[in-house]
Amino acid sequence: MISFERVSKRYEEGHDALREVSFTIEKDELVFLTGHSGAGKSTLLRLIMLMDRPTRGQVTVDETGLHSVSRRGIPHHRRKIGVVFQNHQLLYDRSVFDNVALPLIIAGYDHREVGRRVRAALDKVGLLARERAMPVTLSGGEQQRVGIARAVVGKPKILLADEPTGNLDPDLSAEIMRLFEDFRQVGVTVLIASHDLVLISRLHHRIMTLQEGRLIAGGGA
Amino acid sequence: MGVADHQAPGKSTGRAGASQSRAQVSHQLRGWLQHHRLSAAQSLLKVLERPAASMLTWLVIGIALALPVGFSVALDNVDRLGAGWDSPAQMSIFLTKDVDAQRAAAMTASLQQHDQIDSVNFVSREAALSEFAALSGFADVIESLQENPLPDVMLVTPRRDLASEAVAALRDELAALEDVDEVVVDMAWLQRLQSLLELSRRAVLMIGAMLVLGVILILGNTIRLAIEGRRDEIVVVKLVGGSNAFVRRPFLYTGLWYGVGGGLCAGLLVAAALWFVDEPVASLAALYKSNFSVVGPGVMGVLNLVILGGLLGLAGAWLAVTRHLSKIEPR
Repeated sequence: MISFERVSKRYEEGHDALREVSFTIEKDELVFLTGHSGAGKSTLLRLIMLMDRPTRGQVTVDETGLHSVSRRGIPHHRRKIGVVFQNHQLLYDRSVFDNVALPLIIAGYDHREVGRRVRAALDKVGLLARERAMPVTLSGGEQQRVGIARAVVGKPKILLADEPTGNLDPDLSAEIMRLFEDFRQVGVTVLIASHDLVLISRLHHRIMTLQEGRLIAGGGA
Repeated sequence: MGVADHQAPGKSTGRAGASQSRAQVSHQLRGWLQHHRLSAAQSLLKVLERPAASMLTWLVIGIALALPVGFSVALDNVDRLGAGWDSPAQMSIFLTKDVDAQRAAAMTASLQQHDQIDSVNFVSREAALSEFAALSGFADVIESLQENPLPDVMLVTPRRDLASEAVAALRDELAALEDVDEVVVDMAWLQRLQSLLELSRRAVLMIGAMLVLGVILILGNTIRLAIEGRRDEIVVVKLVGGSNAFVRRPFLYTGLWYGVGGGLCAGLLVAAALWFVDEPVASLAALYKSNFSVVGPGVMGVLNLVILGGLLGLAGAWLAVTRHLSKIEPR
């Protein structure tokens, strides 16, 4: 579902964020991506999202080589991917419901369908009762779950998460991880960047480790 | 192709696939229309949420549009006033002094047969003198004159449908007649007025063009500020797959609402200005025994203003959006 082939990324200021990274993630797989901050985790996710282009090498997502996706094709590509951000990236001037509905409205769904799917997603993360609430009134864990609901509401094939448990206590973190495991069960490919080694090593999934831009473990499929 | 088929890759084969993708296209179209409705409504709400700031923008646009429109309405009215005087371009034929009453009468009769002349009114020199004496109050002075200094005059009204060149030709023809001393056409001032009006019209067009450009820039700047204010939202929308068209849409509607409101303001301002001058114009016209009254832009004119405002709003928003939106990318 996601494959990197000798991918390098050098930023303009000369910093090598990724060096010759190769790996393949199959459909239905849940993979953790770990490493110190600055090891290249975020860069790797950005390449999958087409927020950046690799300097060398080939990224393939859902059988599409990303070098062939034009600027105009980027929005279409991003709709295949659900993303959960560490800082939630919610819109604070609108309700939980409207936040979760955003990807569906962008994809042009009919409003009845939007209502149905948004409630299903909120139900899945246990926030159905809060659909009318504003995000600021929610706790950090709840806001993160709104972010997850928004990431999965469009039924993406791929779910990316960048430090989804960054600011949460261990219990909440474990709960969030259980949610991701549930999505893998229904056929979503999940890639989670996290430096919470204690938590992720308990979960028995493949762990890819980046160090100074090189993939030093977990690359083989 | 495109939007519809990424949701069912590999499935759009055969007839079932085709009808399925057609259903998806119509579903996408409905969603697209719904987003237009939503953007329009939400932009309008956002504009109305801050009534003071929006009112200021509306007024600025309204004044900028009302100035050229007001001038052009004024010019139209002056034009109408000129048109009222235009058709009876009267000619005065001054006869030489040695013409006697009989020849003058014969000439009057023959001119009345002329196919370019509507009517001829003969004023004899005696009649002219006594009229002048009565009206001027110089009766005593005139009585003391040994000789009547005034010539016989024929007031000739050409047919109304004559073009100004034909009137000029008629004047030359009449001037060449025997016994005619001079022919005076009271049209020079009218021509001056017409050229003055034409000049003013061009000036108004020029000023109007500049103000329209100003309106576009003002709106562009307003929209730029709106874009800056919603930078975070744009980033999030782009992250979850919003296309540039999707991001652009609410801003274009915001521009449209500002423009439409501005056009409406301009219409109201012009109407208020006309109402303000209506009474003095009416009393002035009454003094000249005319029933002239000021004609405003009318409902259609105001509607045109609103449409013009809307188009300018869209143009300004488009300008701002194409310049600034592509620069906002998720970091």
